[in-house]
Amino acid sequence: MSAATIGSSPVASIAASEPFIHLAGVTKVYRSGRKEHLAISDASFDVQPGELVALVGPSGCGKSTLLKILAGLHGHDQGTVRIGSALHAFDPARDVGMVFQAPLLLKWRRILDNVLLPAELLGLPMAAAKQRARELLALVGLAGSEEKYPYELSGGMQQRAAIARALVHDPKLILMDEPFGALDALTREKMNLELLRIWKESGKTIVFVTHGISEAVFLGSRVVVLTAGPARMADNFEIDLPHPRTLDMKTQERFGAYTRRIYRLLGME
Amino acid sequence: MDRFNNKLVQYSLGVIAHLLLLLAWYLFVRLGDVPKFVMPSPIDTWKALFVPDYGWWSNTLVTATEIFGGYLLALLVGVLLALLFTWSKTLESLMLPLLVTLNMIPKVALGPLIIVWFKYGVFPNSMMAFSIAVFPILLTTARGLREIEPELLDLVRSLRGSRWQLFAKIQFPGALPYIFSGMKVAAILAVAGAIVGEFLGSDRGLGYLMLQVQVTLDTPAMFMAVALITLLGMLLYGIVMLLEYFLVVKDARVS
Repeated sequence: MSAATIGSSPVASIAASEPFIHLAGVTKVYRSGRKEHLAISDASFDVQPGELVALVGPSGCGKSTLLKILAGLHGHDQGTVRIGSALHAFDPARDVGMVFQAPLLLKWRRILDNVLLPAELLGLPMAAAKQRARELLALVGLAGSEEKYPYELSGGMQQRAAIARALVHDPKLILMDEPFGALDALTREKMNLELLRIWKESGKTIVFVTHGISEAVFLGSRVVVLTAGPARMADNFEIDLPHPRTLDMKTQERFGAYTRRIYRLLGME
Repeated sequence: MDRFNNKLVQYSLGVIAHLLLLLAWYLFVRLGDVPKFVMPSPIDTWKALFVPDYGWWSNTLVTATEIFGGYLLALLVGVLLALLFTWSKTLESLMLPLLVTLNMIPKVALGPLIIVWFKYGVFPNSMMAFSIAVFPILLTTARGLREIEPELLDLVRSLRGSRWQLFAKIQFPGALPYIFSGMKVAAILAVAGAIVGEFLGSDRGLGYLMLQVQVTLDTPAMFMAVALITLLGMLLYGIVMLLEYFLVVKDARVS
């Protein structure tokens, strides 16, 4: 069975190549003492190489847990998780870049040195990593801030630095856990546009967790909808909006149809 | 330039406040006709420094040795114990509650015991300074080492970072501001500890000298001794501040 048939809409691009990420029937149970808490049940979806997939759902739907399973930080109880394919080899020890809701920059390091942290942890050659870090800072719009300390940057700029840090070791997979959730609405919209640009330029596969429905539709080339109580996967569909996306698209009928579809799934209509 | 001027004004105001206090002290003694043995003027206090019998220099050195010796030992032991706790969760669970209890003991009350154990002199007085200074350093360091965002831990783990990398790159530099906040509290306490030690039993030092001149009601010398003790405290505190200035990024400082 191809995972592409899961979800209520047929997936247009049943790629000739293998998917980069393949999840089938993934279930995760948290146990504390005698209590069992079902964090995810039966999550099945595929991510193609270079895709930006948005996981959307309310708190407690297991989206962050799913991200941690993809990061190799959590195990799972049932199902299959496969990352990488014959064409796109994946080394779990060095091919993951993570961005969280908080920038989590080290206060005592300058921005450039913050971006270099993953390269240091992996023991990559420093001269080349430094060069790359500078290029990435330029890519995320922080050229000139290399020698600044985090406190000298605004929240949005700190998050840009965190994105550069997630890219510095050239990972194949970027995992983002509500990265813009702490930003004000305007900065958030701006960062959404920036992320799409960075995604296009870097060509990375991105899994983006959010509880923002319109953010999910705007960013995702595919959206996976998760519901809480009980945690389960409710839908998985492609967002057929052209790239590059513009804020103007948010006012279009098609955009509204997608968001309505998610609202309905989350029982908010 | 404006910022420089602002700083200049700020510092000048601080100096002026000190000078005003000296002036007020002088005027109070002069105009109030206060007897010298009750409260000497700043000038009388200054003159006390030139009584050769008092051995100001050697007594100051003794007290300084007690303060700095006890303080350095407290820093070493406090930080090392806290480091041990981060490497062994069991050890921390075992020791930390105990240390919190021990911290409740008024260290001054240990003075007579310390004399019984170590007699009197520079070493027991250093131990007094040590016992009072070690807890704030230990407790703040342990806290600082524990304060690590769980997501930062995820980030390191997702790249299979080692325990040592986590410690050296994130945990320890992150704890430095906490260590310094403990060190500042400890600096003040160490001075008090050494002086109380000298009061309880000693044959040298500024605290000892104070007890000697108290008998002869040489109040100016007592004032001078207090001033010198204060200066020693300021010196220690100043060194700590200077180190913090160079080692801790402004925004990361914990006051």
